[in-house]
Amino acid sequence: MSLWKNFNQGILKENPVLRLMIGLCPVLAVSNSAINALGMSAAVAFVLTCSNLVVAAIRRIVPDEIRIPIFIIIISTFVTISDYVMQAFTPDLYKALGVFVPLIVVNCIILGRAEAFAYRNPVLNSVLDGLGMSLGFTVALVSIGVIREVLGAGSVFGITLFNPAAAATIMILPPGAFITIGFLMAFLNKLENKVQ
Amino acid sequence: MELFGIFFAAFLVNNILLIRFLALCSFFGVSTKVETTYGMSFAVIFVMTIASAVSWLVYHFILGPFHLEFLRTAAFILTIAALVQLVELYLKKMVSGLYRAMGIYLPLITTNCAILAVAFLAIDYRYDFVQAMVYSLGVSSGYSLAIIMFAFVRERMMLAPIPKWFQGYPIAFITAALMSLAFLGFTGMFGL
Repeated sequence: MSLWKNFNQGILKENPVLRLMIGLCPVLAVSNSAINALGMSAAVAFVLTCSNLVVAAIRRIVPDEIRIPIFIIIISTFVTISDYVMQAFTPDLYKALGVFVPLIVVNCIILGRAEAFAYRNPVLNSVLDGLGMSLGFTVALVSIGVIREVLGAGSVFGITLFNPAAAATIMILPPGAFITIGFLMAFLNKLENKVQ
Repeated sequence: MELFGIFFAAFLVNNILLIRFLALCSFFGVSTKVETTYGMSFAVIFVMTIASAVSWLVYHFILGPFHLEFLRTAAFILTIAALVQLVELYLKKMVSGLYRAMGIYLPLITTNCAILAVAFLAIDYRYDFVQAMVYSLGVSSGYSLAIIMFAFVRERMMLAPIPKWFQGYPIAFITAALMSLAFLGFTGMFGL
């Protein structure tokens, strides 16, 4: 039951992007198409789950005073791995995501979960927490990506829905990211108010 | 002329906050009052210039000769974190006026993704040392320009009648979208 809770709470209740407002930079920057959003989510999920696993496994032998530098080294190891794997196997995606792949290392979600959860909990719970948080991140990022791609390019995951000439190109340009997330948050506020 | 182009491309055309989407946590976090954005901007200009100088040297004189380029993520973030600590200690002891002005913003900056991004981008664009310095100066000035303007708008927005669901963050994002739209108008300047 508590394992399920660990997994579950990252998806909606503590959704890192839409609720806690952390890890915003990649969300806005790479959500101009659904494919980019999915690629970025996969990289973040890999880094977050693996670093949670390692941090939880070594939590008893890490001295309290230098835990943050140790976490950063662990995280940057996995970031480097995903950086090089993406460069080798998905060069187009890597090019589209650009500097945001190495920048996963300073994504507040990952260090935040290492510090707030994995450092205090057993391995299995931490892995589930990592998966749940990643799923929450993916849901937010991909839904923003889909909205922007449909409105801005008239397609989803590269499949054309309607004539791209009729689409509002502004939505896949930088201002579109701010507009989409602004309206999405207002919508969530309204929804939350109704539930209460 | 080339340096001029690098500066203005970083300052306006590819504005770090509004076009490149970096350092957004601080953009929305500390922009509720104009005074705090002055301190933050000052600290960012200061740290970004020093950090990109040091990380450029680390990359070209330590990682490069030993073929350790794959360590750059870890090397840069540790260098920057250590550097910020050092600068903080030094300022506290030697230049306490400056320390009081930047105070709490210095540690915050370690996790500011723009600092690390500029260090990476200066390497990716293959800038030499002078170009890297001009680039980081342009980026940090662009940061200051955007965040100070945004803070002025947000201060006025406090008094505006805003629809209930849009109060707080949603309206801030919409405002940022309008500013970003204005900056999009610089596209094409300086051949970029």
